[in-house]
Amino acid sequence: MSTTEILTVAPAGTWQLDPIHSTVGFEVEYIVGTLRGQFREVEAKLVVGESGASLEGVAKVASVDVKDENLAAHLQSPDFFDAERHPELRFTAEQIDLDGDTIIAPGELTMKGVTKPDTVSGTILHPTTDYAGNERIGLRVSTKVDRTEFGINWNAPLPTGKQALADEVTINGDLYFVKAA
Amino acid sequence: MKVLGISGSLRRESYNTSLLRAAAELMGGDVEFELWQGLKAVPPYDADEDTENPPAAVAAMRTAVAGADAVLLATPEYNASIPGQLKNGLDWVSRPLATNALRNKPVAVVGASAGAFGAVWAQADLRKVLATIGARVFEGEVAVGHAHTRFDEQGRLIDDDIREQLTEVVDGLVAAARARIPQAQAA
Repeated sequence: MSTTEILTVAPAGTWQLDPIHSTVGFEVEYIVGTLRGQFREVEAKLVVGESGASLEGVAKVASVDVKDENLAAHLQSPDFFDAERHPELRFTAEQIDLDGDTIIAPGELTMKGVTKPDTVSGTILHPTTDYAGNERIGLRVSTKVDRTEFGINWNAPLPTGKQALADEVTINGDLYFVKAA
Repeated sequence: MKVLGISGSLRRESYNTSLLRAAAELMGGDVEFELWQGLKAVPPYDADEDTENPPAAVAAMRTAVAGADAVLLATPEYNASIPGQLKNGLDWVSRPLATNALRNKPVAVVGASAGAFGAVWAQADLRKVLATIGARVFEGEVAVGHAHTRFDEQGRLIDDDIREQLTEVVDGLVAAARARIPQAQAA
């Protein structure tokens, strides 16, 4: 990708996450359906330079939001994310590819203290100026991970012999960025 | 640093209680060990009584767990699983689930039985229960089979292999508790 293309897709500068309108969540198959949750506290930064762009984001485990406080507590416990010892999920990509409508971000994902290579990808919602005059850009991204590779191994056998909770988890982000002044 | 010991056997000369006493001797000088004696008094779990003023024995158990930096449990095996009274006591402590006194608490499980297998099924079940409650369960295991051959008439542990395994579990439990103390102080 050339410099010109990056500048076309996302003007150079530091773009800070608008945490109010952004969502970072997860989806995982559970028994006969899809369990969804999100992290209420998220931070992210998109830096576009002349020779490339980088993306970095953090979700606070203690802010996990599901429809039951006991489930939220279980997700924060050592059985799952272990919020006490590993309070953050983190994704970093030092060189991301912004091309046309797509973003491909090969980077590293850290969950429960385990860091693994992971590529987040998705679509770019092109820059526009909001009613307050701020420049905004959106990234709608996702990745699929095997939670057991991060030491998140909880499960429960069903009478059929199958396990209740899938190993594969989709992590998705609807990320709204605002260009720093 | 305080470690609470809970024996799943109520018997006066319980091997599991003796195992806890042996574990206490392996703890460092700055570790205070309390052998909790109140399990027998805990009534059957009843949600109607699980109010702001629970039965006194329940409040005592919750307070004892909350006041400890770590909990060491020793369990016998009754019909391939956890003794009812121990499970019942933990059921009380687990409420309310989201904020219970065992949440994030480092815990370890050991066990003794008269049979050959040293309560391994009960220990596995107990670890599962503790993890579900939200405790930080140390993975080490001490399975004392043929318990009557491992202790003398005064209830003292006389098996050095068991003592070595017990040392590993005690050290791991105390280390997990120590790792947590700065966070607790910072909170």
